[in-house]
Amino acid sequence: MGLFKKLFTNKEKRKKAEKYKIGMMKTRKNTLSSLKDLLRNSKTIDEDLYVQLEEIFIMADVGVDTVVEFIEELREEVEKENITDPKDLENVIVDKMFELYLKGEVINTNIRYNEGDLTVILFVGVNGTGKTTTIGKLAHKIKSEGKSVMMAAGDTFRAGAINQLKIFGERVGCEVVAKEAGSDPASVIFDAIKKAKDDKIDVLLIDTAGRLQNKKNLMNELGKINRIIERETGSNIYETYLVIDATTGQNGLSQAKIFSEVANITGVVLTKLDGTAKGGIVLAIRNKLNIPISFVGMGEKITDLEYFDIEDYIYGLFSDFFE
Amino acid sequence: MAFEDLTGRFQMALRRLTGKSKLTEKDIDEMMREVRLSLLEADVNYKVVKEFTDDVKKLAYGEKILKGLKPGEHVVKIVNDELTKLMGEEAVELDLKHNGLSIILMVGLQGAGKTTTAGKLANLIRKKHNKKPMLIAADVYRPAAIEQLQTVGEQLDIEVYQEGLIEPDTIIKNGLAYAKENDYDLVIIDTAGRLHIDESMMDEIQRIEKLTKPDEVLLTVDAMTGQDAVNVAESFNKALSITGCILTKLDGDTRGGAALSIRKITGVPIKFAGTGEKLEDIEVFHPERMASRILGMGDILSLVEKATEEIDEDEALSMMEKMMSGKFNYNDLLKQMKMIKRMGKFSGIMKMMPGMKNLGNMDKIDDKQLEYIEAIVGSMTEHERKKPELINRSSSRRNRIANGSGRSYSEINKLVQMLEKQQTMMRRMQGMNPDSLQSMAQGNFEPKKSRSERRSKMKKKGGFRF
Repeated sequence: MGLFKKLFTNKEKRKKAEKYKIGMMKTRKNTLSSLKDLLRNSKTIDEDLYVQLEEIFIMADVGVDTVVEFIEELREEVEKENITDPKDLENVIVDKMFELYLKGEVINTNIRYNEGDLTVILFVGVNGTGKTTTIGKLAHKIKSEGKSVMMAAGDTFRAGAINQLKIFGERVGCEVVAKEAGSDPASVIFDAIKKAKDDKIDVLLIDTAGRLQNKKNLMNELGKINRIIERETGSNIYETYLVIDATTGQNGLSQAKIFSEVANITGVVLTKLDGTAKGGIVLAIRNKLNIPISFVGMGEKITDLEYFDIEDYIYGLFSDFFE
Repeated sequence: MAFEDLTGRFQMALRRLTGKSKLTEKDIDEMMREVRLSLLEADVNYKVVKEFTDDVKKLAYGEKILKGLKPGEHVVKIVNDELTKLMGEEAVELDLKHNGLSIILMVGLQGAGKTTTAGKLANLIRKKHNKKPMLIAADVYRPAAIEQLQTVGEQLDIEVYQEGLIEPDTIIKNGLAYAKENDYDLVIIDTAGRLHIDESMMDEIQRIEKLTKPDEVLLTVDAMTGQDAVNVAESFNKALSITGCILTKLDGDTRGGAALSIRKITGVPIKFAGTGEKLEDIEVFHPERMASRILGMGDILSLVEKATEEIDEDEALSMMEKMMSGKFNYNDLLKQMKMIKRMGKFSGIMKMMPGMKNLGNMDKIDDKQLEYIEAIVGSMTEHERKKPELINRSSSRRNRIANGSGRSYSEINKLVQMLEKQQTMMRRMQGMNPDSLQSMAQGNFEPKKSRSERRSKMKKKGGFRF
């Protein structure tokens, strides 16, 4: 029960996590029944309470399977520890959420830089999740950490995508390697890696076209892109981020699963967390597929990208506990 | 009589039908658990699922189980029927002006697909409604959004009005003036993606709505949206008068439960679906097809469909028996119309009904018409309903019925004629042999030939007369 206590009492931590809360809690008061109220107002731990707990997690888009599993574990814990007061569930729930995400592992989601050599980061995802914007934000972040950055306009399909990336390049102050619209993305990426190496760039961020995971041809194209990267960098260790929109529901799991089949997804970037969606599907993605979350996008400004922090995230989900 | 075999067949069917067990609370509860999980997995909003399953439980209790179905399967049938009802049974068209400039305002969250859809929609309406469309690029926030719309416009050969990155209000005002000068009769305005909780951006879109007075305000929603779809749709619908939704990325493997949530909570119809990356990939949304996709119990549904076809046949046959017996009255007419409505106009069964083809609009019975007929029949006395000739003879009865039902006198006459037609049809059928009855059942019903034709045929055969 240590983590909960730590979160609950550490003021500094709470202040930092406020940012998550602001994004995630906007509609809590009127749409979700408050977890705190639920536990305070329940007299006993009964079936009705479990159903309402289930509701809260499902409303946060945590995968249905994962929620069912979670509630099951909660029941076991309640029985084992002989918990009778609903208020005591607070600790158990928060701790269980940590367990669900951490699974007893130490998760390091920092970018694995290829010290002294080129580090490649590939961005993939379905249409409209915010890949291009995320690249702009991450370029800004990496650059402000003192590294040189280059971008590759690998989305040659969507009208305007190349220019969108070029505008971000200007804002961040880094070069964008691009060809004309409609050209082969693999050739853009080939050129970009070569140029990045020649120019001794530290990090190359590669944009790709949005693709729905059930489009076989487009997924195969991703396989080709991976082969180019591996061949040209001489390494198969590089970050591939799957960009997922926080408003996405259960389909997020299918996205993570099928993208993992053609690419070695090393992390999820959860975007648009500044809306009212909770993005809970990422918990299911971690639970079912072991893919951690690396970054969260929480606004339209170039600085609105944060390293993911599970404590902050859980604080955001349950912040009414901490008030 | 000529159709003994047939009579025997439906009598048997009826016997099979009656005495079937009914759905118990246990059957329903068991299946409802599965249905509930399936709907949640499809991203239907939790509250919608709860209300929906509660409603269906009440509805299903005590229902007669279709033959050939297990209780659980029958519950799925009821669920699917109710889902279809909820989604709306027919596609809802755009409401555009016949003359003058129609305006469509595209709104939605970031990344939902507004820009692409604006282009697709302009192209579709140009073809379908024969309009001359123009696009206005009013997304001045996302980098290169204007260029994206311009590229789409070029590909479709549709003009895009833009003024770069100035106030969207100004661009739109000037754009509309430009469209009028240049004889465009449809303008689609692409606006920036915005969060429904972003007050200043929501103010902006409200201003734009006031300024443009659009014929349609279309909310573009990603089909993959989860539980939050309800918040988004509710907020947009509160701020603007949303006239329809466009569900994008429906060519993915998402079940699209958001469609149901939006429909149920806001009542806004879904008008179009984006079904691919090409600019032709947009379709008028068919709600009835969406219901089974959301439910995601395809195997059971195809079973149900088969069983339903059989039961319809049974019902049709028993109705036919009634007609044959020469006692077809207003009660039967009403029953028949309800049956036809339920079966839908595409049902092959409908063609089995005697005289259907000759009844003109009978295949387009809508709720209103049926309501009117119900009202008229409801204003008849029980005696009149059973003995239609009473009404035929007396204009004062017809007057009374017209007053009682609130329908016009001519509508009463129409209904009287309808019943007469049915009866005529019935009498003609008396002279048919089993073969022609069979062919009628397959939809090839031809009314009995004229007396002279009959006579010439008879003469050839054996030359005797009747």
